[in-house]
Amino acid sequence: MLKDLAVILGKRFIEFVRYAGGTSILLGETLFWIPVPPLRKRHILEQMSKIGVDSLPIVSLISLFTGMVLALQSAYQMQKLSAEMYIASLVALSMTRELGPVLTALIVAGRIGASITAEVGTMKVTEQIDALETLATNPVKYLVVPRFLALVIMIPLLTLYADAIGGLGGYLIGVYKLNISHSMYMKMSWEALTYKDIYTGLIKSTFFAVIICIIACFEGMKAEGGAEGVGKATTSSVVTSFILIIASDCFFTALFYFLT
Amino acid sequence: MIEIINVCKSFDGHKVLDNLNLNIQTGATTVIIGRSGCGKSVLLKHIIGLLKPDSGHVLIDGKDITRMDEKELNDVRMKFGMLFQGAALFDSLTILENVGFAMLEHTSASMAEVEKRSRECLALVGLKDIENKKPAELSGGMRKRVGLARAILVRPQIMLYDEPTTGVDPIMGDSINDLIIKLHTKLNVTSIAVTHDMTSAYKIADRIAMLYNGKIISDGKPEEIENSKDPIVQQFVTGAGTGPITEGIDFEHLI
Repeated sequence: MLKDLAVILGKRFIEFVRYAGGTSILLGETLFWIPVPPLRKRHILEQMSKIGVDSLPIVSLISLFTGMVLALQSAYQMQKLSAEMYIASLVALSMTRELGPVLTALIVAGRIGASITAEVGTMKVTEQIDALETLATNPVKYLVVPRFLALVIMIPLLTLYADAIGGLGGYLIGVYKLNISHSMYMKMSWEALTYKDIYTGLIKSTFFAVIICIIACFEGMKAEGGAEGVGKATTSSVVTSFILIIASDCFFTALFYFLT
Repeated sequence: MIEIINVCKSFDGHKVLDNLNLNIQTGATTVIIGRSGCGKSVLLKHIIGLLKPDSGHVLIDGKDITRMDEKELNDVRMKFGMLFQGAALFDSLTILENVGFAMLEHTSASMAEVEKRSRECLALVGLKDIENKKPAELSGGMRKRVGLARAILVRPQIMLYDEPTTGVDPIMGDSINDLIIKLHTKLNVTSIAVTHDMTSAYKIADRIAMLYNGKIISDGKPEEIENSKDPIVQQFVTGAGTGPITEGIDFEHLI
């Protein structure tokens, strides 16, 4: 009984070490290939459009509602203290420091991470990745690098956009429902925010972009067993990305908290 | 000349290639036959360096590709053209971009030059006016021919065919066989094909080698293989359901 448990735990540990090693090697190879020409601007722009522009509607919707919900929920407490004007600061800070980066990363992981894994995984099981190699083309350079650069550029930009739209959601509730004046709401929002709040959010979102890209591509590249294998890889990619985004968010929040 | 020396390869403890030795003569068409899943494609992938052996060597014109770094290996790979079992065309690219891929990636040729050369290669495999289509719009046979056009774009010295007639109807299969013979003669290449289609093997091969239990158990001219006294080879080439090969075909208990 105890032996079986030890065997299972041992296997899991080896799988974990292999996974961590595999993703670290893929990240290393990606960073190695980034400065090697050609840059494939067309591929990068295509990916940026897919990741950024095409994600705008869903990011807008979720950020707007999150900002509105945040304002309404805090109003519930703040009204008891007659401190409604602080709702503006709370929404602005929560969105820029926490919810903007995390929600954007989760949306992109679900929407784009899954699509990257499915695309790369299908290429793997249909031997298209082998075909790339026979044509003397490195798959990491051709497939991973454009997606990596596009994600690292677009996720922070989407995060800034989500911060603004979330603020707008809070503003709509604050001004039109809770009767805070426009000037007061704006003043309280801007006064609460510092550059550090914005850039710590952007640092987080850049790391989230790296997580999403490396996990999605790694899962895709190790997919095997036809359509079922690609399906499993896609699920695993989204679940792993979600866990790592939340875990690293906790780590970064703690880090930024203790550093200041 | 291609020399495969004592190559061993295992996957998850299962030995697929077991001290395999094979010499492939320059300019000849060698067909490697064997049952599905016996390791034919694995062997082909070792020849082009897609897989590295656990032990042993693969020599291309005397140079061991198992010890090469990626850059050296890519230089060697430019000598090869490979047709994959499912053609392995890039879904996101048009037929023209698929065929012209190697030129677009590795040369500074203009788009007009790439288009011209790609059209030549497509014409050589009997295709035209499909340049702007996507692979999903083509039939299986057409995809294989586009795969062939892509493989011959860089004027390879060695052509590898992975199950060239699998998944297409017999008529298309025969036309692919004709195409392989035509390309072999016209481009003067060394050809290696893996298949379990004996009609195809007899038609295109100068030599046939049979892979069984991770080893080459027989290697000779097509007529020598056809008349082989080895019961394993005989069972395979005649397609008999009874004989020394029983693994995976013992359904008696089900009846």
